[in-house]
Parts: sequence; C-alpha cells; structure tokens
Amino acid sequence: MTSEQALDLCLRTDRGRLVAALASRLGDVQRAEDALQEAAASALIHWSRGIPARPDAWLLRAAYRKAIDGIRRDGTSRRHAQAMAILATDEAALDDRPDIPDDRLRLIFACCHPALDPKSRTALTLRVVCGLTTPEIARAFLDTEPTMGQRLSRAKAKIGAARIPFSIPGPEDWPARLDTVLATLYLIFTTGYAAGPSEPRDLCAEAIFLARLLAALRPDEAEIEGALALMLFTDARRAARIGPDGASLPPAAQDRRLWNPDSIAEGHRLLDMALSRRAPGPYQIKAAIAACQMADPAPDWPQIAALYTRLMDFEPTPVIRLNRAVALAETGHLPSALAELSDLAALLQDYQPFHAAHGALLARAGRIRDSHAAYDRALALTTSPADAAFLGKARAALPHPQAD
Amino acid sequence: MKYMLLLYADPAKEPTPGTPEFDAYIQEFFTVGERTKGIATFLAGDGLQPVETATSLRLRNGKRETMDGPFAETREHLGGFYLIDAPDLDAALAYAAEIPVARLGTVEVRPVMEY
Repeated sequence: MTSEQALDLCLRTDRGRLVAALASRLGDVQRAEDALQEAAASALIHWSRGIPARPDAWLLRAAYRKAIDGIRRDGTSRRHAQAMAILATDEAALDDRPDIPDDRLRLIFACCHPALDPKSRTALTLRVVCGLTTPEIARAFLDTEPTMGQRLSRAKAKIGAARIPFSIPGPEDWPARLDTVLATLYLIFTTGYAAGPSEPRDLCAEAIFLARLLAALRPDEAEIEGALALMLFTDARRAARIGPDGASLPPAAQDRRLWNPDSIAEGHRLLDMALSRRAPGPYQIKAAIAACQMADPAPDWPQIAALYTRLMDFEPTPVIRLNRAVALAETGHLPSALAELSDLAALLQDYQPFHAAHGALLARAGRIRDSHAAYDRALALTTSPADAAFLGKARAALPHPQAD
Repeated sequence: MKYMLLLYADPAKEPTPGTPEFDAYIQEFFTVGERTKGIATFLAGDGLQPVETATSLRLRNGKRETMDGPFAETREHLGGFYLIDAPDLDAALAYAAEIPVARLGTVEVRPVMEY
C-alpha cells in the first residue's frame, strides 16, 4: 500500500472520529479541520518511509502538534491557554492509550445546537461528521459554493466564539436537544429523497449512516431507533416511488417487488425494539405509519388513522390533520374527511399535497368540478416533474365535468 | 467566559408599576442569581430607564449629532442587561431562561470579546 492509499483509507474510515476528538478538545471545529489537514499533508511525506502501525493514532498525534503550533502562532488569550493545557496533557497521554475515544456524539450535539440555524446544522453535520466537501453540500441544497462556504464558516466561527459546548446534554435538556438532532438528520434525509439518488454522495445514505451512528453511540433510545426505522422504511420504497411513465406513485400503488426487503426487515426489527421500550414519540409513530402503509397486501388504513390521532398529541399541526383525514377517508369516513379538509383549507392553501388530497377526495364524493379545480391548484404549486405527471394523470382520469 | 445578556421587551407587555404583578416581576429579577447557583456567576447588571429618556449620539466629520431616542426604532426596547461569567453557551442560555423578560420579550445572549 502506498502512503497515499493508506492515508485515503484512514481518512475515509476515521476522519469523523479524528475531527471529533480534536474539535471537542479545541472547542473549535475550524481549527480541528485545519490541524487534521496539515497532519494529513505531513503523513504523505513521513509515511513514504513506512506506514505506521496505527495510522489513526499517528494522525491524531500529528494533528495535536499542528494545533498546538497554530494556537501558539495566534497568540495567548486565556481561552487559548486553557486549550493548550488540555492538549498538552492529552498529547502526553496518547502513547498510553492506543484507542481514540469516540467523541462523535459530542460533535453531533455541537453541530446540531439550537443556537445555529436549521440549515447550518444540516450543512455542518454533513461537512464535519460525514466529511462531505463544501461543493457537494452546496449542490445538495441547490446553493452556490461561495454561499454554502460562507454559511459553514459562519457556523464554525459561532461555535468557537460563543463557546457552543461539545458536550452531551444532561437529562433535563436531553429530549429537546435529541429532537433537534433527529430533526437535522431527518432534514438531511428528506433533502436527499427529494433530490433523488443522482448525486455522488447520497444524502439519504448519509442520514441513515448518521442515525445508525447515533443509535450505536446512544443505545436504548427509542426515538433514535424510531427515526432510523422511519428512514429505512422510506428508503426501501425509493426504487418504486416513480412509475415507468415518470409519474410518482403512492405506496399503495407501487410495485412491491421493487421494495428493498432488507431495509424493511431492519426497520421492523428496530421499530419493535423501540416500541418495547414504552417511551412513545413522534418518530416511532411515523415509522409505524410507514410500516402500515407497506402492510401486505394493502395499507392498514384503520391503524394508520389511529396512529395519526396519536401523533396529534406530539405534533398538532395542520399537515398531520390532513394526513389523518386522508386515512379516515380510506376507512369509509369520506364526509367527515371532507369536512376536516374544509376546515384546513385556509391553513394549507399553499401546500401542494393538500390540494392533491382534496382533488382525490372530491372526485370520490362525485364533486368532479371541484376536484378539477383542486387538481389545477395542486399542479400550479408543484415543483417536481414526477408529482406533476401524477397529478396530470389523476385529473385526466376524472369524468367530464358535465357529469356533475 | 463572559456573556452579555441584553433584555428586550415591549414595555406595553410588562406589568404596570405599583401593581402586585409588578412587584413579583421585579422580585424575580433579584432572585435569578439564587436560581442559577452553580450554573453561572453574576458580574453586573441593571435595568435601564425607559427608552423615552434615551439620547443617541454620533460624530460625523468631527461634529456631534445628537438625536432624541434610541438607535433603532423597534417595538421591543433594550430595557436592561446582565453581565455573567459562564463556562459555555449552554450555561449562559440556562441563566437567560431564568430572567423573567424571556417570557415577555427576548434575551439576546452575546459572548464578550476576549483580548
């Protein structure tokens, strides 16, 4: 193995752990990344004479030294003096401790701190924990590279300047902070799901990786398992969500042979484990809904409606009410579902799925003219070609309005 | 690390002086320190007189320009401040959450520059 290959391999498997170990001691993500970068550069020179037995430990030690040099160069504020003291002790202890402690949970909580704005949380997590490059993140969020670069450096600077801690929240703050982390991961997932798997770094895979990491670092946490199960169920349907004609398909209409059985089995295992902990939460309920949508041979609508009612306790939002109404309509309660949609019309007037669902329910009630209008509104709001194709087909399948 | 906590509130939403609600409100400010023992240390803090008493000044071309009123016209006015010493932002935010203004208005938490 050449030194380039050894370095590549080491960074691919250990980069996140190394950045986490450095950042949590330095209290500074940028300095940690810079130090690792410099250490990698000197590895290329040193390793050509022989690759160390523990490349990761070699890199960490070299990065520590680079960081100490950097801090010396930059002056001697009180904060830096503290960091130096910690670094010096740590560096001395490295020889006795071949295993690098896994500080990635601390790093994730710092990157997903509520003092950062939600988009910065997702970008920073992808950059720092997953090792995506700025151009890759910019593409995923449809931003220009300079804009994303600025966002990332502002977020890193704030972590250092405001001293956002690299710590695992205590029991009092844990539920809210975990929720922020899971929301960040889920936003990464949905961004990837909307973009499709064309990007070189698939954000769905990154989000699942992060959720697995979180589950491994903090086992026995029902909502982490629930969030991971939800992503796995959704991801399992990815190949089936768009039909051969390019129109998106709801789960009930998808070709089940295209669903990924391994992801579904893992999702069920996780969900069962989560539910056995008797600590209900919104991600577990959403995962259960996803599982019911994929029930064999058809979606279990009564159960889905019941789960949405339960979800209302956690998220009493118009979108959840809409979804519950759709499930109710599927269980034969069309009039009450339509009444609920009338109540929601003002709140969801710019929400495409509302008008799509309204169009479908109105058609079922025989109100063809109203259904046409709803589908027209949905089409005007949609930005996805696959959704537009689905809505166009549904509208074209309506009987002629004169039949009202 | 030092943090400045800037207290912004709409005076119309604050209790009226002379009422029991006002006394309880003021009392709460004085007990923030007790309720945050071990989290952060109080260094300084005070309430400010109403924004109607503010005068803004700038020097332009060496000339003083003074204006009646605050720097920015907003519904929520800067009404007071705390200067605290806290180990990190989480501790500073925990302190800020105990200040009664957080319920009525906004507490802006700003790290103080270190030289």
